[in-house]
Amino acid sequence: MSMLKKAATVVSIPSVRQALLRSNPVVANALLAKRAYNSKGGVEMTVRDALNAALEEEMISDEKVYLMGEEVGQYNGAYKVSKGLLDKFGPKRVIDTPITEMGFAGLAVGSAFSGLRPVCEFMTWNFAMQAIDQIVNSAAKTHYMSGGNVDCPITFRGPNGAAAGVAAQHSQCFAAWYGSVPGLKVVSPWNSEDAKGLLKAAIRDPNPVVVLENELMYGVSFPMSEAALSKDFVVEIGKAKIEKEGTDLTIVAHSRSVGFALEAAYQLEKAGVCKAEVINLRSIRPLDIDSIVKSVKKTNRLVTICAQVMESEAFDYLDAPVVRITGADIPTPYAQNLEGFAFPDTDVIARVVQRTLTKQIGK
Amino acid sequence: MLSSQKINLAKVAAKAFASPLSVRTFASSAAVARNFNIELHKDSFESYKCEVPSLEVSVSKDDLLHMYKSMVVMRRMEMASDGLYKAKLIRGFCHLCTGQEAVAVGMETALTAQDNIITAYRCHGFTYMRGGSITSILAELLGRRAGISGGNGIVGAQVPLGAGIAFAQKYLGQKAATFSLYGDGASNQGQVFEAYNMAKLWDLPAVFVCENNRYGMGTAANRSSANTSYFKRGDYIPGLKVNGMDVVAVRQAVAYAKEWAVSGKGPLLLEMETYRYGGHSMSDPGTTYRTREEIQHMRSNNDPITGLKQRIFELDAATEDELKAIDKAARAEVDQATEEAKASPEPDVSQLFTQIYQKSAGVPFLRGREPEETHYY
Repeated sequence: MSMLKKAATVVSIPSVRQALLRSNPVVANALLAKRAYNSKGGVEMTVRDALNAALEEEMISDEKVYLMGEEVGQYNGAYKVSKGLLDKFGPKRVIDTPITEMGFAGLAVGSAFSGLRPVCEFMTWNFAMQAIDQIVNSAAKTHYMSGGNVDCPITFRGPNGAAAGVAAQHSQCFAAWYGSVPGLKVVSPWNSEDAKGLLKAAIRDPNPVVVLENELMYGVSFPMSEAALSKDFVVEIGKAKIEKEGTDLTIVAHSRSVGFALEAAYQLEKAGVCKAEVINLRSIRPLDIDSIVKSVKKTNRLVTICAQVMESEAFDYLDAPVVRITGADIPTPYAQNLEGFAFPDTDVIARVVQRTLTKQIGK
Repeated sequence: MLSSQKINLAKVAAKAFASPLSVRTFASSAAVARNFNIELHKDSFESYKCEVPSLEVSVSKDDLLHMYKSMVVMRRMEMASDGLYKAKLIRGFCHLCTGQEAVAVGMETALTAQDNIITAYRCHGFTYMRGGSITSILAELLGRRAGISGGNGIVGAQVPLGAGIAFAQKYLGQKAATFSLYGDGASNQGQVFEAYNMAKLWDLPAVFVCENNRYGMGTAANRSSANTSYFKRGDYIPGLKVNGMDVVAVRQAVAYAKEWAVSGKGPLLLEMETYRYGGHSMSDPGTTYRTREEIQHMRSNNDPITGLKQRIFELDAATEDELKAIDKAARAEVDQATEEAKASPEPDVSQLFTQIYQKSAGVPFLRGREPEETHYY
C-alpha cells in the first residue's frame, strides 16, 4: 500500500469560517461550499465529496466493494455522502436497508467473512449502538477466534461526535469506545485529504475499520493536493500528521478539533505567546504514539486527549502536567447556550495552552 | 424517563380532560346530553386473528368538538414549529406530525390517565394530547427554560421500553395498558420482535401501534418490509388495521385494544394507516421519493381534519360558524404560545451539570472540557 507523501501544505482555516461554522453550521456549510467553488487556483473539495470520491474509486477498482446502509441509495445518503453511487453502480452494490442496524451490520460482517468488502454505513454512529455487538464481538474478534482463518475486511463508517443542536442521543463521540477494542482499527479524519485517504485505506485494509467522520465537516472545503486527487491516494492508518510545527508545546487533536487547535495555535503565535505544534492524530487505533513522544521530547509540554504518554520516555521530558481537553463529562445538552459549554473550541484550547506554558513541574 | 414523564403528563391530562366542559364554550346546554350515532365506513378496520370492533359508534357533540379542536391546534402548532425552524430558532432535528393528527387525538380520547403512551421523535402531538402545553412544547423545541423535556431519538428503542412499562402495570396490578408507537420504518428493528415475543409470553397489557405513514424517512414501506401488513407481523399476536385518518375509527380501535389488553388477553397490534404531509424531518423536502400529486391527493381526499369536519356537518352537530370560531381560537392560542415560548429565556448555564445523576447519587463532581471547568456538586 503506497503512502504518498504530499507537499507540506499547512492548511489554516480562516477564523471567519470557524466562527460561521460554530454559529450556524447549516448556513455556513452552504456558504463555504459555494465559496470554495468560486476560489481561484488549486483544487478544493468538501469532505463530503472527498468521501464520495473514495467510495467511487474503490468501487471501481474492486468489484467486491459494496455499500450498504439506510438511505444510501435512492435517497443519495442522509448526508449525501453516497450521492450518485446508485446510478453509477446499481442496486446490487448500493443497497438500501431497512432500519435494522443489528441485522444489516451482522449481514455485512458475514459477507466480509466470505471475502466481500462491505462498506457498512451507519446514518450516524449513534445508531450503530444498535449494532455494537456485531462490530465488537463479530467483526473485531472473529479473526482471533478462528485462529487467523477468517478475515473480516469490512469498513464501518458514518458521522461521529458532536453535531449541532441534536442533543444527548445524537451528539457523542465513540472514538474512545471503539478505540478500546482489540481487533478494530479506528480512524478519525479531519480534512478532505484525510477523509479520502483514510476511507480508501480502510476499504483496502484486511481488518475491520471504523471510520469516524464528522457531520459538521461534511460541507467544509479544503485544498486537495495533486497526489490526493489521484485514485491511488491513500493515507496510512496508524500515522499521525504534524499539521503545524512548533517548539513550545504540543497540541494533539483529531477530527474537527484539529481545526480549533490550529486556530488556537496560530492565534497564540501571532500574539507572541508561543509556537505550538499541532498533531492531527488521523488514526485512533493504532495510535501513533511515536509521533507524539517525538514531539513532546521537543516541546516538553502537552495538551491532549492521550494519557498513554505517561508510560513512555516522553514522561521524563515533560515540564508541565499533561492536560486533557475533552467534551464535558455530561450528556450533550440541547439548549444552544449549554451546548456551547459541552465541547472544546478554539478559546478553550488557547486558554489551556497559555496556562500550561506557565506551569513548571517541581516548582 | 419519557415513560415517567408521560405518566406525570397523563395525570395533568386527566385533570384537564376530566371535565366534559373542555369545549364548554361551544356546547349549548340543550345539546350536552345528546349523542350521535355514527356508522363507520366498512373498510375502517381489518383484523388478524381477532374480531373487528363494532362499526357503530356513539359520540357526543363535546367529543366531536374536542377532537376537532385538538387536531386543529396540533396542526397549527406544527405550522408554528415549521416556521420557527425555518427562522433558525429551532435547531437540530424536527419531525412534524402534520397529516397524522387523528392518531394522537383518537388515541387519547379512548384512554385514561392510567394508560401510558410511549413514542419516539414524532411526538409533538402526543405530548400535547397528554397534557403538555403548547408553550412548553414549543419552548422545548427552542431549547428554552419553559420547555418540557422528553422524547426518544433512537428508532425502535421505545418499543421494548413500552413493553417494560406494560410489564410494570401488570406487576403492580394496574388495570391499564401501555401503547408503544413506532413507524413502518422502525417496525423492522429486531428489538420490536423481541418485545412482541416477551409481551405475548408474559401476556403483558401491551398494545403495539404501528403508525404506517408509508415512508421510513425516504424509503417506501415496500422497500423496507417484506410484509407491509404491519398488523399481521406479530404472528402469534392478533392485530387490527385501522383507518388512521379517521379520528373516530382510531378512537374506536384504541378503546377496543385497551379493553383487550386489560382483560388479560395479552398484547395486540394496531396498524394506523396514516400519512405525513411534510418530509421525514425538516432537512427532507419529502418530494424526492414520492410525487407531489400523491401528497396533494392525500390532503384533498384523506385529511383527518377535513374528514371530521364533514362528519360534524353531516351529523348536524355544529355549524360552520362554530368550527370557524374554533379555528380562530386555535390560531390565537398557538400564536400566543409561540410568543411565550420565544420570550422564555435560555436555561441558566448552571444547568449544564444538573440531572445527570440523582442528587443523592453521591457523585461529588463531573469534569468539564478541561480540569478547571470541573463542576463540584
